[in-house]
Amino acid sequence: MRNRLRSRLPSRDAVALTLLLALAIALPWLAEAAGNPAGIALATRIAIYALAASALNLALGQGGMVSFGHAAFFGLGGYAVGILYAHWSWQEPLLGILPGTVSLPLTLLAAVGLGGLAAAAIGALSLRTSGVQFIMITLAFAQMLFFLFVSLKAYGGDDGLSVRRQGEFPGLSLRDPAQLYWLCLGLLVGWLALLRRVTRSRFGQVLAGARQNERRLRALGLTPYPYKLAGFILSGMGTALAGALMVNQARFVSPDMLHWTKSGELMIMVILGGVGTLLGPVFGAAALVGLESILSAWTENWQIILGPILLLVVLFGRGGLMALLRRVLPA
Amino acid sequence: MTPLLTLDDLRKSFGGLRATDGLSLTVLPGELHALIGPNGAGKTTAIGQITGEIAPDSGRILFEGRDITRTPAARRVRLGLSRSFQIVQLLDAATAEDNVALAVQARQGHSFRFWADATRDESLRHPARLLLVEAGLPPARWDLPVADLSAGERKQIELAVALAAQPRLLVLDEPMAGLGPSESRAMTETLQRLKGQVAILLVEHDMEAVFALADRISVLVYGRCIATGTAAEIRANPEVRAAYLSEEDAV
Repeated sequence: MRNRLRSRLPSRDAVALTLLLALAIALPWLAEAAGNPAGIALATRIAIYALAASALNLALGQGGMVSFGHAAFFGLGGYAVGILYAHWSWQEPLLGILPGTVSLPLTLLAAVGLGGLAAAAIGALSLRTSGVQFIMITLAFAQMLFFLFVSLKAYGGDDGLSVRRQGEFPGLSLRDPAQLYWLCLGLLVGWLALLRRVTRSRFGQVLAGARQNERRLRALGLTPYPYKLAGFILSGMGTALAGALMVNQARFVSPDMLHWTKSGELMIMVILGGVGTLLGPVFGAAALVGLESILSAWTENWQIILGPILLLVVLFGRGGLMALLRRVLPA
Repeated sequence: MTPLLTLDDLRKSFGGLRATDGLSLTVLPGELHALIGPNGAGKTTAIGQITGEIAPDSGRILFEGRDITRTPAARRVRLGLSRSFQIVQLLDAATAEDNVALAVQARQGHSFRFWADATRDESLRHPARLLLVEAGLPPARWDLPVADLSAGERKQIELAVALAAQPRLLVLDEPMAGLGPSESRAMTETLQRLKGQVAILLVEHDMEAVFALADRISVLVYGRCIATGTAAEIRANPEVRAAYLSEEDAV
């Protein structure tokens, strides 16, 4: 009741979010004006990692599924773009039937579909376990895919695959870094809007219940497994979309995208930003990617500085950056 | 009258311990049937088998004539067999109303609905509030996370959640455990109101409450039922007195 009365006025949150979004949209012009066009590429990477981290957060923060293998979906999304490009450039259909393509809507769709299929297979098996076992089995699946792509010499193996042709999106010229950035920002905002709806839906309530107390769910007559699996699949699809965008930005895909350290990075973004919050992973991604870029320009051993910063946030900012922000800006 | 629930020669051992040893029992439609017994008599194991969390080694469980011995716990709830826990099992981060609303949602069918906002769905919130009233939780407490509520209030929410399933049999596992005297009285009054509307299998240590509420009482000792009868019959039964009531001189 109280919430409904208050919602007639724009809340402080809504104002802050509108400003933040305006700033994000204006960023390419601001970067040009500041004489730092490389800032656009940095912001694009932040938007992409934010998408991946908030997709992981759906499984980890909402459903309590601590997946240590989300790099698998990130890498598969990337390879979907890379492999379709390779077959397009060789003019030779994949498996003799699927023609290659550089059309971005098609490659993104393929990436999301592949990510969903992989998450369905990995999730269906992994979700029969829980706790530490679940962490280890998701890690094992991701490592299997990592070594699979290392051994696939047709697609560059260890060295990876260069994507020499920018994806084509009707009405956009993605060779322009600003337009690629806006596309990534738009997809991020759309993804967050979708997550907001899903977490408030009936499905989202059950998923949050599965995180808190599975025994209680069963006593309500709800079987947690299919709901967790659906959440895991949706999470894998979002992560694969981010991976596909990343390959469009970097114009390169390699098994590094599937490496377990990538799963760790995504997890750090979620925990740093605030587990289970809508915007936490976005702030976490911005902080991690931003710090990496600032510190690595300063010293080669930037991780020595990053480590203690992460420790401080985890030790003193319980609930991550989102909780720190809430102290400054109460709801 | 055909029984609502029938336990037929249930057996369950954990290693050398025979926790359930040939337990047979019936619960009739509409009755409040209490299950009592000294500590270690196997009440918790019996509840676990009735609700489907523990699989019996042998024997059968019939609910409304249907064999549910191997039916998963969640299915049994959908068939109309709902339970509360001795140690409260709620979604601690959610509010009281959220907890009951999720239970109402579970009753309304599958939850693969990804779009509409469930947190403002009156078809969930309104029945949830009615159930909280029925369970006796004051409205001022509805919007608080259940982790912040007292033991008695959490037991009330547990009851509201169990009732949301619109069960034909309600299995209550020590609803008075951990409650103060006034909270206990309030819970007894609530159960008195519910009596007759739904069949209840009540496992309880509070003898005053059991003898005040129960239509029939079954006494469990060493995993088997040694007597079933009205409060007066149980009080008068010499075997029961020897095995159980002598320890509890108050009765």
